Amino acid sequence: MSVLVDDDTRVVVQGITGGEGKFHAEQMMEYGTNVVAGAVPGKGGQAVAGVPVYDTVERAAREHDADASVVFVPPAFAGDAIFEGVDSPLDLVVAITEGIPVQDMSLVNEKLNDVDTTLIGPNCPGVITPGEAKLGILPGNVFSSGSVGFVSRSGTLTYQIVDNLTNRGLGQSTAIGIGGDPIIGTDFVDALRLFEADPDTEVAVMCGEIGGEDEEQAAEFIDEHMETPVVGFIAGRTAPPGKRMGHAGAIVSEAGTGTAESKIDALNDAGVHVGYTPEEVADHVEKYR
Amino acid sequence: MKLHEYQAKGVFADAGIPTPDSELAETVEEVVAAADRIGYPVAVKAQVQVGGRGKAGGIELADDEDEARSAAESILGMDLKGYHVDRVLVEDAVDFTNELYVGVTMDRGEGKPVAMVSTRGGVDIEEVAAEDPDAIAREHVDPSFGLHPYQARRAVYDAGVEDAVARDVASVLTTLYQLWDGRDGADAEINPLMVTAADEVVAADAVFNVDEDALFRQPEMADMEEESASGDELERKADEYGFDYVRLDGNVGIIGNGAGLVMTTLDLVDHYGGAPANFLDVGGGAKAERVSNALDMVFSDPNVDSVVFNIFGGITRGDEVAKGINAALEGFDEIPDPVVVRLAGTNAEEGMEILNTDLVEVESTLEDAVQRAVELATEVEA
Repeated sequence: MSVLVDDDTRVVVQGITGGEGKFHAEQMMEYGTNVVAGAVPGKGGQAVAGVPVYDTVERAAREHDADASVVFVPPAFAGDAIFEGVDSPLDLVVAITEGIPVQDMSLVNEKLNDVDTTLIGPNCPGVITPGEAKLGILPGNVFSSGSVGFVSRSGTLTYQIVDNLTNRGLGQSTAIGIGGDPIIGTDFVDALRLFEADPDTEVAVMCGEIGGEDEEQAAEFIDEHMETPVVGFIAGRTAPPGKRMGHAGAIVSEAGTGTAESKIDALNDAGVHVGYTPEEVADHVEKYR
Repeated sequence: MKLHEYQAKGVFADAGIPTPDSELAETVEEVVAAADRIGYPVAVKAQVQVGGRGKAGGIELADDEDEARSAAESILGMDLKGYHVDRVLVEDAVDFTNELYVGVTMDRGEGKPVAMVSTRGGVDIEEVAAEDPDAIAREHVDPSFGLHPYQARRAVYDAGVEDAVARDVASVLTTLYQLWDGRDGADAEINPLMVTAADEVVAADAVFNVDEDALFRQPEMADMEEESASGDELERKADEYGFDYVRLDGNVGIIGNGAGLVMTTLDLVDHYGGAPANFLDVGGGAKAERVSNALDMVFSDPNVDSVVFNIFGGITRGDEVAKGINAALEGFDEIPDPVVVRLAGTNAEEGMEILNTDLVEVESTLEDAVQRAVELATEVEA
């Protein structure tokens, strides 16, 4: 068992004719993902990576009974591409694109309140259920099948910590990269809720970072609603206030909100063990096995 | 991207928000001429993008020509929190009875815009928010509709703005929201919005930050972007190279891929007793040249005594990284600082075969690489 994606998930790649879209469509298929079609306006009738391309997501989804999409569309058009996926309508849209204007994401966010579609991202590595399917750009060979539910705001940090877990034989049920932007679809609370309801997830790992209050809200949720044990990690303990650390969302405000300390304290108060190194995260996870 | 005060005031004034008569000046004589035209008293204000300019000596009032001259002499050319002041705004000093705050920003927690009004203007609004959050009236906005007129009125009345100017303040807030929405603002602020004895409102300061990711569709805003984005020479160089780079105080240089992993590398340097010199993210899919540039960046920092180069490849390939490291280091007769490399993920094995291990030290885990770099930095120091 797993959450969000498995070997039954049928995927449309939005932007499959672009370099990234084509490359990762092939990589996803190689991993075993059911990529059934592509969607690019004006490119209908072509075939890319061995699958047919349609002008609209709706047609691609209808012809191939698809229920999910991955968005590799440039930032200027990505907000619209997400709306198209949501309206097609798909159950799951995974937006990889980095650099979408934040006001576009605010409009998407408003839309998501009224529909059942789950959005992962944007500016994220995607989601993977090891051995079954990956939707996104995650390097499949780092992951292994198991019972750790993994959720993170950062891509390469996910690979790092998952690698530490995999090397100890601690496989993953599903790993979700929720993205480093200020406004995202699925947040920590949404992901943790999925893991709590998944009988095959025995322990959850959440990797947060400085900025915003998502980790604090996650701590509250863990405290009130979770039986599944959770292990935490927070990046950015040494980040100075007022400096954006790469991700648009990763900034400690001048007034001192969004600090690693506040997040670690909140998680500790909710009974979450927080590792200070990737190895320590694996140590804590091992204890729950 | 941040606009200078004079630029933001220009944008606000064009949209119909009242601003004081003002003029930009670069020399003492220009300041005096501007002040003569505007009429005393005037405020002479440094045009640099830092908070707390007034406290740092970047704003002075002048009642006559002598005072204008001395204000110009002290402010022009000064170093304000690391930024060189080469221009001042000379401005009609507004005689006010009250100072308000109005602002529009994105509330990331809610994923919605928020419009704000407070009667506690003229001071750091983040401090007000921390000490007395109820002193700021907030209206969350559905971005598909925009700020409804009733919301602007409600914010003004909830904040306790005096009746005589309530309508004008609501109008300023509405205009500010429209600018923020139409020009892809990140933050738009007027602090203080001054209330005069004649019950008029005037924007005595102006902040407008544009969402960098939206500059492609805001050519007018993009045209206003100026060189002096950062006072730090290395941070300017990073801008040229297109790196996410933040300079810090320590002596262990850090290069990696992906913001979260680079932050984690900084934290580990600290954890193992070292002090990080910088945050440098080469980004996803970096090619050899970009990797070389990253090393050049870090070597340019005189504080750096050792470098940890940590790559976990997803879309970044280990062979490209190794080529870039070789190219950068083979160019030196003597390598400026010892470099510890750790490669994992996509094509890491190919990378390890390519990497010239006569020039770098290699570790196989993140923890070991960081500890070794910290050791090397400590040896250099001692």
